[in-house]
Amino acid sequence: MTTTHSLAAEHLTLGYGDRTVIDSLDLAVPPGRVTAIVGANACGKSTLLRSMSRLLAPRAGRVVLDGKEVHRLPAKELARTLGLLPQAPIAPEGITVADLVGRGRHPHQSVFTRWKDEDDEAVAAALDATDTAALADRAVDELSGGQRQRVWIAMALAQQTDLLLLDEPTTYLDASHQVEVLDLLTDLNRSRGTTVVMVLHDLNLAARYADHLIALAGGRLHAAGTPDEVLTEDTVRTVFGLDSRVIEDPVSGKPLMLPIGRHHVRRPDDARSAAG
Amino acid sequence: MSAPVVTRPPAGEAASPTVPAVRRGRVRRASRRRLVVLTLAVLVAAGFVVSLMFGQTTYPFDDVVRVVFGERVPGASFTVGRLRLPRAVLAVVAGFSFGLAGVTFQTMLRNPLASPDVIGISSGASAAAAIAIVTLSLGETAVSVLAIAAGLGVALLVYGLAFKDGVVGTRLILIGIGIAAMLDSVIQYVMSQAAEWDFQEAMRWLTGSLNGTTWEQVLPAAVALAVLSPVLLTQSRNLSALQLGEDTAAALGVRVERTRITVIVAAVGLIAFATSACGPIAFVAFLSGPIAARIVGPGTSLLVPAGLVGSLLVLVADFTGQYALGTRFPVGVVTGVLGAPYLVYLIIRTNRAGGSL
Repeated sequence: MTTTHSLAAEHLTLGYGDRTVIDSLDLAVPPGRVTAIVGANACGKSTLLRSMSRLLAPRAGRVVLDGKEVHRLPAKELARTLGLLPQAPIAPEGITVADLVGRGRHPHQSVFTRWKDEDDEAVAAALDATDTAALADRAVDELSGGQRQRVWIAMALAQQTDLLLLDEPTTYLDASHQVEVLDLLTDLNRSRGTTVVMVLHDLNLAARYADHLIALAGGRLHAAGTPDEVLTEDTVRTVFGLDSRVIEDPVSGKPLMLPIGRHHVRRPDDARSAAG
Repeated sequence: MSAPVVTRPPAGEAASPTVPAVRRGRVRRASRRRLVVLTLAVLVAAGFVVSLMFGQTTYPFDDVVRVVFGERVPGASFTVGRLRLPRAVLAVVAGFSFGLAGVTFQTMLRNPLASPDVIGISSGASAAAAIAIVTLSLGETAVSVLAIAAGLGVALLVYGLAFKDGVVGTRLILIGIGIAAMLDSVIQYVMSQAAEWDFQEAMRWLTGSLNGTTWEQVLPAAVALAVLSPVLLTQSRNLSALQLGEDTAAALGVRVERTRITVIVAAVGLIAFATSACGPIAFVAFLSGPIAARIVGPGTSLLVPAGLVGSLLVLVADFTGQYALGTRFPVGVVTGVLGAPYLVYLIIRTNRAGGSL
């Protein structure tokens, strides 16, 4: 199986109640790459992700996976190709890491099948890939935030999908755990070719870790492309309503955004010319 | 576009030491669960036999077995065959129904307080059955039908009132408790208006009782259990996925709405049939799941263990109510005494830390 699955939104309109959140959006997810969706709060990032994994039916338009409309695919068939880690998944009290990761096997099982060797192998591979094998028999509730997030990613990996969607996988994590999770996702993408699509809050981490950036503003696609193309001072102003300076990140060579607020700015002229 | 890459690990990678470790852990948890289920089943069988043997008159084990297999034994045939056997069978059937229905609701709504006897579903079935029997003098089938209709009606009402951008557990539980209180007062009103009002009958519909159980009462509940429990058991994996939250479950390929509807209809059916036979035996649905969770441990399906715990609870509570306390109490009084403190404990704990099952 190759990872050249195509996932795209066509004229997609989404909303809750009488509120329209995403308005006639067209976008394509590059296969085998890491894509990050960025945008201001409540701009529809999570809504878009939920709809791409069929959790939310579109008002108009469609989400297409390999030429088929996802909202018409059988639930389990879709779940074998496309996995989603929601923002706040719930771990049942006392559940062990191995059990939780095992639940990722759901789309590969049916009411009448027993647990198979390949299920054990998938769980073990997911634990190994996320470096959580040593935690297998521990209860999920007693883990640190970073460990817990790795375990949830392991659950999504046990699902063995070629596309993995993640809704803010780094929220509530401290700096080192954020980097740890993003490094892990990059490893998955590079070693297995998994297509990763994630909503990220932190623009600079998004620019560093994504091959492809999608910036949403007001329910519409504002810009899409490489971080260099998308993360510009103009984009930051339009998408976030924020003045900024974008320089080259001395660590990664990717763009780095420095916000300009009302305080702690040397002088407008200095700030503009600071990084030359 | 990147070169095609193999997603699944090549076969050689299965040699990772994690595979046997994962398998060992899974086998260990599964065998613990099997042991618990077996032990519970043995205890239920033992409780069943004991409640047939002991009472005002004690019959030897041999006589009891012969009566159960249809032989005529002078004296024992009437006491054991006509009085104790239907009562004990109903205890097992109703206990299993309550336990199974309770734990599916608790698992599905991820809250031990979301049991059908706390959120008004049992009260709805019970009120309908009380009206049907006491006020309208209807027969068994009509009573069961009305009880199911009322149980489903209350379930939909509570669900509908709690629905606002999705169902939030706490709101559903508070609304359910309010509706349960209203329905309980309906039952009290019906009892006070009934011509043939008597204490035993009132207790049956208020807290549940197995007194004077006949085969005519047992049969519909037993058939309902035989039909509906397999339906719930096939939802076991979907329920495990739903425990991770609706979005996660849907992402794992669970049809969330379909699962919910199947589970609600089957569980309400179990509750309603059992309730129209013996009343809403207090707190059995509520207690069985958490007790089973404690014994089995987290991570495996609780459906069967909770059903067995329910049967055991009703058998033991009924036996205790009849013979251990000097005065005879209906079974629901005994389970009520056990359940009420646990309810208070859970409410306190939930308020502190939003608990789950």
